[in-house]
Amino acid sequence: MSEAVEITINGRTVSASKGELVIAAAERAGEYIPRFCYHPRMSSVGMCRQCLVEIDTGRGPMLQPSCMVPVAPGMAVDTESETTKRAQEGILELLLANHPLDCPVCDKGGECPLQDQAFSHGPGESRYVEQKRNYEKPIPISELVFLDRERCILCDRCTRFADEVAGDALIHFIDRGNATQVNTYPDEPFSSYFSGNTVQICPVGALTASPYRFKARPWDLEQVDSTCTSCSVGCRISVHSSRDRVLRFQGVDDDDVNWGWLCDRGRFNFESIHSEGRLAEPHVRTADGLTSTGWNSALQVAAGLISDAIARSGPASVGLIGGARGTNEDAWAWAALCDALGVTRRDPQLGDGLPASILGLPRASIADAAAASTVILLGPDLKQELPVLHLRLRDAAVSKRTRIIEFTSTGSGLTAHAWRSIRHAPGTVADSVAATLADPDVAAQLAAGPVVVVAGRADLAESPAFTMAALDRILSAVPAATVLPALRRGNVVGALSHGLAPSTTTDTATAILRDAAEGRLEVLILLGADPLVDHPDADLARRALAGAGRVIAVDGHLSTSTREADVVLPAAIMGEKSGTTANLEGRVSRVEQKVTVHGTARPDWMIAVELASMLGHDLGVGSVEEISARLPVGVGGIVTVAAPASAEAPAPSVPLGGYDLRLIVSRVLYDSAVSTVESPSLAGLASGAGLLLHPLDLERLGVPTGSAVRVTGPRGSVVMSVCADDRLQRQTAWAPFAQPSTDGVSGDIREVIDAGVAVTDVRIERL
Amino acid sequence: MARLTESNLATAHEIIARYPRAKSALIPLLHLAQEQDGWVTDEAMRQIAELVGVTPAEVLGTGTFYEMFQFEPVGRYLINICGTMSCALMGADELFHAAERVLGIRAGGTTADGLITLHRAECQAACTEAPCLQVNYRYRYRITPTELEQLIEDLRSGRLEDEIPPHGTLATVRQHIPADRGVGAVDPDDESGPPSWVAVSVKEGS
Amino acid sequence: MGTYPWAPGFIAGDRPRIVTSRFEFEDSFTLERYLATGGYAGLRAALAKSPSEVHDQVRASTLLGRGGAGFPAGVKWGLTPEGVFPRYLVVNGDESEPGTYKDRLLMERDPHQLIEGCLIACYAAGLSRCFLYIRGEMALAQERVAAALNDAYAAGYVGRNILGTDFGVDIVLHWGAGAYVVGEETALIESLEGNRGMPRLKPPFFPAAIGLYGKPTIVNNVETLSNLPFIAANGPEAYTAIGTETSPGTRMVAVSGHVQRPGVFEIVNGTTTFRDLLYGDDFCQGMRDGNDLKAFVPGGGSAPWFVADQLDLPFEGRLVGAAGSMLGSGAIMVMDSNTDIPSAALTLTRFYAHESCGKCVPCREGGTWLMRILERVVAGQGSTEDLDLLLEVGSSICPGDMPHAASAELGLEAVPFPYKMTTICFVGPSAYVPVHSALTLFRSEFESRVTPSRPRVRIPVTAAGGGA
Ligand SMILES: Cc1cc2nc3c(=O)[nH]c(=O)nc-3n(C[C@H](O)[C@H](O)[C@H](O)COP(=O)(O)O)c2cc1C
Ligand code: SF4
Ligand code: FES
Repeated sequence: MSEAVEITINGRTVSASKGELVIAAAERAGEYIPRFCYHPRMSSVGMCRQCLVEIDTGRGPMLQPSCMVPVAPGMAVDTESETTKRAQEGILELLLANHPLDCPVCDKGGECPLQDQAFSHGPGESRYVEQKRNYEKPIPISELVFLDRERCILCDRCTRFADEVAGDALIHFIDRGNATQVNTYPDEPFSSYFSGNTVQICPVGALTASPYRFKARPWDLEQVDSTCTSCSVGCRISVHSSRDRVLRFQGVDDDDVNWGWLCDRGRFNFESIHSEGRLAEPHVRTADGLTSTGWNSALQVAAGLISDAIARSGPASVGLIGGARGTNEDAWAWAALCDALGVTRRDPQLGDGLPASILGLPRASIADAAAASTVILLGPDLKQELPVLHLRLRDAAVSKRTRIIEFTSTGSGLTAHAWRSIRHAPGTVADSVAATLADPDVAAQLAAGPVVVVAGRADLAESPAFTMAALDRILSAVPAATVLPALRRGNVVGALSHGLAPSTTTDTATAILRDAAEGRLEVLILLGADPLVDHPDADLARRALAGAGRVIAVDGHLSTSTREADVVLPAAIMGEKSGTTANLEGRVSRVEQKVTVHGTARPDWMIAVELASMLGHDLGVGSVEEISARLPVGVGGIVTVAAPASAEAPAPSVPLGGYDLRLIVSRVLYDSAVSTVESPSLAGLASGAGLLLHPLDLERLGVPTGSAVRVTGPRGSVVMSVCADDRLQRQTAWAPFAQPSTDGVSGDIREVIDAGVAVTDVRIERL
Repeated sequence: MARLTESNLATAHEIIARYPRAKSALIPLLHLAQEQDGWVTDEAMRQIAELVGVTPAEVLGTGTFYEMFQFEPVGRYLINICGTMSCALMGADELFHAAERVLGIRAGGTTADGLITLHRAECQAACTEAPCLQVNYRYRYRITPTELEQLIEDLRSGRLEDEIPPHGTLATVRQHIPADRGVGAVDPDDESGPPSWVAVSVKEGS
Repeated sequence: MGTYPWAPGFIAGDRPRIVTSRFEFEDSFTLERYLATGGYAGLRAALAKSPSEVHDQVRASTLLGRGGAGFPAGVKWGLTPEGVFPRYLVVNGDESEPGTYKDRLLMERDPHQLIEGCLIACYAAGLSRCFLYIRGEMALAQERVAAALNDAYAAGYVGRNILGTDFGVDIVLHWGAGAYVVGEETALIESLEGNRGMPRLKPPFFPAAIGLYGKPTIVNNVETLSNLPFIAANGPEAYTAIGTETSPGTRMVAVSGHVQRPGVFEIVNGTTTFRDLLYGDDFCQGMRDGNDLKAFVPGGGSAPWFVADQLDLPFEGRLVGAAGSMLGSGAIMVMDSNTDIPSAALTLTRFYAHESCGKCVPCREGGTWLMRILERVVAGQGSTEDLDLLLEVGSSICPGDMPHAASAELGLEAVPFPYKMTTICFVGPSAYVPVHSALTLFRSEFESRVTPSRPRVRIPVTAAGGGA
């Protein structure tokens, strides 16, 4: 807390912090000043004038917008004077002059600051008899957001957010004065990953989100605070439901994590909770395929399969993949079950992350990163994989607190704000790190203050060992640097920290799948994991599920991999269960149940406990609370991992060679992840499969952009349509991971990836 | 034609280079586009967005704030008749109605032959010479309805083509800063010391 | 006497002239003529001194800003925070206040004088780059300044190593695109940054502290800067020898409307009275057709109106302020006995409503509302209640007492300038000022226009339901 400043508000002496705005200081002191344009997480513009109060700084009381004026010693604020009241009432009447007053049919009706303000302080009737502004009623400004310009009060919140916070200035004030309107450029929709935030911060019903429009009236809504587990940022949310259905998520302002923001994926994929694809009851494979059955028989079959396997070939013949979609309690219970059975082969990642050893390094928090003088990005495009972390770091860079040095093969959402953006070909990042560290300017910058390395898996067609090698170099050059692991899956850090981490390199998901493929695995347990869609090596995953003796799938949805299972146990998913989760910092927060579970589905932990007892083990817990009580760290704390699990040896660089192209495969926000596919509003947003090359490489290969090519890699080959993109480097090719084939041509790029090969060099020929 | 021609593109880059931040060139570049095409086209706005590194929405947002930019085609000649105080006191209304009558169009309209567009304008800083008007921002002072009819006649006959360039052209002389004479624009963040002459005098002073 | 076809409206008269000294020359805008008539002597004189000495000269001259606020230039230059660089000069050539016509003449007729003024300001205040913002609609002014800059660069007066010294500054010609509000200095800066010209709130955005690109910025008016060559060349004493102590030197005034001889005059500051200007032989020579004076706007469209009672006031800021108005931008608009007051008020209100940037609710909504009501009244469809509504809507823009002139006939005491406001800049209030002046001084003209109270339409403000 910066130094304190004494001011008086309505005669009362109040202590505020230097630089704090009067409107905020007053609110903390219990004097709520009405406002529409002010938002604590954005710069003030003083537009709506509703927050005018009399402020006396020694030159007599003057009407000032309290959202623009910082506190000053001895300042006297009067929020109740006649002048203040008269001014605020006047503003309100003017605000309502052109407002359609269609509250009864407005989604915001009942939770509308303007409506509430009109009720409590309004003139009661309007003297405005002139023609009101009229516009075409709600127009779609993106696939997700509608804009009603008649309701808009031009507070500049959405446009400020788009420009300042998201950096997607795709909506803007157009025209002037009384004719001013918010709009997009013709046929350039507001397709921002963060568009939903504008709906949440709109102080009237001008912006509405298609997944929620006309679904409920605010007074029918029940709500509970929870945590978004769509990715590992772990944004705090408020889950709103009505008649036992989740209807929307709203961002909750958490100072450490999300500052109230959400990405659209996290905000709207609640739709998957009630989707068609949900599993309602257990299934067991019979002569005529997967047949539904009761829990008891299903669990008995599962238990039987496991005990037979262990009896016949020992615990090493059982492997568990997944757990990152569950709670800490789920992870703990499954880890306890594995321990009881002596099963060591477990991994919550799917060959798409980094070795768990990264959690053993000195860790940084999001706040540390956003306050560091240097952030080194050694991982994926955060805007695509950890969107709200991207917002936090963007803010740090834009407000000049932090300088970003990024190592990337493709460029990223932060490239424009990076102090240094250094390109490398897959397999060579350690070299480019070494070269960069040798630059005296960089050395000076790194010496200037705290350094945080954000490390994750940038490229799914490249071994994670290269990133680990680069990380080693940085940490030995800057021993004081701390690490923020950019592992992506919702509760992957929680799972890794609560017993599901592989203890040796032969226990990783890829190793487990390899054994399964080679017939050395009797039982493969998929704990909310979908390797057929989600593992970088499609062929390995396919052979693994075919080669595994038996497959037991615990899942909320009937995923591609679940369809191949022998026993399917329906699991409760987020919104249907309570417990705790850990974000990428290791920060533990609550997830809450808001709706009854679908069908007879059960939380993962309960399934583990029951399997255990059928296998003759008592895990000694009967409720989620009992498990929570046993966890090392409670809500608000940070889980850490003591001894780093052993990691693969850092790999030496593999320089580019020959005429091959080096393949880069990375995730984009909307892909074939089940929570996206099962959310109708999001499913259509996936970019679709395809391959991008530098235009000069296309020219060299004589391949016109848009044409279909065969891409041949270490594993196999696949047909893709190619496009030119000059942001790529020569001799590299980029493809988005896990994308549907929207062009009817492109196949699944994972077909060419071999998880056993360090880098993926591909050859392409025109068809 | 809508994107900037080669020579206009060169001009655009010269203009951008004068500013510490490229976005400052936005309005001059919109003028340049309007000078080229007579109005501001969609393609021009997209290109300007690329040139100064903003989104097309930002270009549209800035552009539509200002009176002079036309986002639909207008006549070769845009007649702006001032209607503010001094001109109003001196008969701007009669003048305007005369214009509507003679041209057979209303405010905002363009003649069928596409030659002349008529707009009501605000104070043109010629208040002592009221009532006044501008044709493509060239003044006509203390003008009577009869003189207005003559003016329109002259425009139609092409008699004023040399004096009045087509809509979009403002100054016919451009500023040009010779490379060897200019100090050059520095990003404000890269310039933190006092300018040389101040530094020097400060030293002398102390 | 003293009028020139190439300077339309300008009337020289037999008076000391500082900024219009070259207007009789048809080629006054050329470098040749400028040099032949003592051009750039002020710059040479300034460069022979230290920047702070030049700054002191300007302080000593009490040169008052001519853009409207009348703030002393020397003091303004001193407001930039110690040791913060870069600092910029932004020249305000956006002249668009109704009634104002002077800066355009100065730019068209004597661009080098303005350029020299800019250079002196940059030298004295350590401003490393100058942006000369000319109103978009002023094609000729842009052309003359562009040509003058090109010549001045070529001749070594602008750019690197000016006159062989290590003083170097670029002057960048910038031009607007039609928006009155951009004349407001913070809006001017927004516009110069490529944005919509929406004013910023002061505080915190005092240009001298946080201006262009967030850096200290001096914004000065064209006429203000055009005075600097004289001051630098002849010293502050020569300047203060003209005019009064509080309002030294000369200033340009445009008198328009119903006078015999409208014109732009360079007058002696502080002493010349409104009567001199409106009735004096070497000024406007009285009302047209010998009509009576009904009212006049003394300082541009934003200024509260005066009537005959105020004719003997001198052209002096504080006295005019005490009398209930302001001098603003040196623009006087005269209405004779035939003027229809409600329509006149409507013209001005329409102007400000139309020019609202849309940022502040009171201006965006209130200005247009006032205009709509006034349109009804002028069209004879208003009610007496509408007249009160005008004042009530107005008081949401300007709460508390509104300044207005005294009137013996109506037994009115003057209420001094300024007013309270709920808006960021003066556009909002300016939409109300003419309504208030007209209603205060000529209410009968409105009453004869309206029908006694029409039953008021009552519209519920919010439909039922909702509420927190
Ligand atoms: C609405 C509004 C319009 C203005 N228009 C102009 C203008 O057209 N020209 C001008 O020089 N100053 C104008 N000003 C005053 C400027 O804000 C600023 O005070 C002035 O340019 C400072 O220069 P000076 O100190 O030399 O007068 C305007 C102010 C307001 C509030
Ligand atoms: S008063 Fe009017 S013009 Fe001035 S800032 Fe506010 S809205 Fe814009
Ligand atoms: S909340 Fe302060 S002006 Fe809108």
